[in-house]
Amino acid sequence: MKSLLLGSAALALSATFALADTVRLGTEGAYPPYNFINDAGEVDGFERELGDELCKRAELTCEWVTNDWDSIIPNLLSGNYDAIIAGMSITDERKEVVAFTEGYTQPSPSAYAALSEGVDVTSSVVAAQAGTIQAAHVAESGATLVEFPTPDETIAAVNSGETDVVMADKDFLAPIVESSDLVFLGDVYLGGGIGMAFRQSDDEMRGKFNAAIASMKEDGSLNDMLEKWEIEGQF
Amino acid sequence: MRAIPRQKTRPAIFSYCSDPAILEGFQWLSCYLTTGKHMGFYLSFGTVLLLLAITAPLALAFGFFGASAARSRIAPLAIFGKGYIAIVRGVPDIAFFLFFVIALDQGIEWLRHKVKCSDWDEPIRQGNDFVVCQIAKMPLNDSPQWVHEAYGFSLAVLTFAIVFGAFAANVLFGAMRAVPRAQIETAEAYGMSPRQSFWRVLVPQMWVYALPGLSNLWMVLIKATPLLFLLGVEDIVYWARELGGSKTERFTDFPHGDWRMWYFLALLIFYLAFTKVSELVLARISRRLSKGQATLAGEAQRKEPGTAAEATT
Repeated sequence: MKSLLLGSAALALSATFALADTVRLGTEGAYPPYNFINDAGEVDGFERELGDELCKRAELTCEWVTNDWDSIIPNLLSGNYDAIIAGMSITDERKEVVAFTEGYTQPSPSAYAALSEGVDVTSSVVAAQAGTIQAAHVAESGATLVEFPTPDETIAAVNSGETDVVMADKDFLAPIVESSDLVFLGDVYLGGGIGMAFRQSDDEMRGKFNAAIASMKEDGSLNDMLEKWEIEGQF
Repeated sequence: MRAIPRQKTRPAIFSYCSDPAILEGFQWLSCYLTTGKHMGFYLSFGTVLLLLAITAPLALAFGFFGASAARSRIAPLAIFGKGYIAIVRGVPDIAFFLFFVIALDQGIEWLRHKVKCSDWDEPIRQGNDFVVCQIAKMPLNDSPQWVHEAYGFSLAVLTFAIVFGAFAANVLFGAMRAVPRAQIETAEAYGMSPRQSFWRVLVPQMWVYALPGLSNLWMVLIKATPLLFLLGVEDIVYWARELGGSKTERFTDFPHGDWRMWYFLALLIFYLAFTKVSELVLARISRRLSKGQATLAGEAQRKEPGTAAEATT
């Protein structure tokens, strides 16, 4: 540890000037197709491709880091990374603590899925990931909400019968429903699309990414990417 | 937080792994178990073992100083030692890990900020944000990912050492009191100073009383490593959950259902084996420490035929 501290101190001294060009992007790595860890153990998915392209357009060097969903906002605020790009929907509640870029997806449908049709989603037991707009929606709908720390566990819960229904982004559920016994029960539109989140004091960098997102919307490359990863809604 | 290597493809270990969809049985499994992701899983066992190897002696050192401080005759030192034991033991681990680490990290950055950027005129706290100048970041934003990881790991080691050190301090404090008073009195009668009787009589004898408590702590520490992920260090439980979760074929070459049970079974075997090894080692240490001690175990050893001569040498 001592040599480590000395090492970083030396780095700090030698790199006083050429700075601020590395942006650390925080993601969850457990929410396909937006972000997931591929077989090689790297972050992959729609947001990986999008983030790399945005960094290229903004002429920034980007470094990907994964972080637990639960502590993803606190770690942004304390400066462990500079932006969140983790399928985070733009909501008024989150706007109070972080600043969002414009959305890079349309307000996307969330969906309920269960093992059989005809389950009443307003009176049954519904699984959702903690701290998501879906969890907030379920809590208000009158159903019994059971929260899980990862999206994966919500699927496991409904498959094992621990809960009757799972609620998540439809784009996340679609490939799972396709390849398992789950069926869709219905869609709800929640949130204002997905955006990158920055510290509120970081307007300059947020501006750069906003410009890059706008330019991708203009030349249609964002639409191509959305289509490639089968995410609903185009610009 | 973990490094994501830049290269997109990584050569497979076995040549037949290029198209896993057509593989079956053992070949499929051998490819599946050697993906980059699984390498991360295997590596995390090393991370956990390394953490234990560094944390255990460090926590013991914290414990020793805590206990020595708590029984000191200098009042502020005694208050400090007792306060450390009481406060850290009383705070839930998870709160400690969430709060203390962020506070420690911010404290280090604040100090660096004060030293390096004294002409900075913006506030450090802006609403919810904690903002220091770029060169005060710890580690620097553009330092390689391994520096970030090593830093996170060091914070983890320090936090573990402080938490477990408090428990160890309480164990050692009790152990120091358990050494028979007659032993110290004898030392005093021989004209030893308090310092001498502490180091030459009390400390060598206390370990045998401390061992049961310390071995408990060691067992708890082994199993506390999932707290690492709160600090951004990916441990074996994180990987077991990530790898075991069901995978659809769109996002992986190796689709499978919910296999978490198998991964957790592997962890169970690992932990049980590790516990067994620990028990064997602790039993040896306990035997070694009891040698020549005025305890029941020491007495029993003395009476055992064949060992009596050894005990007196």
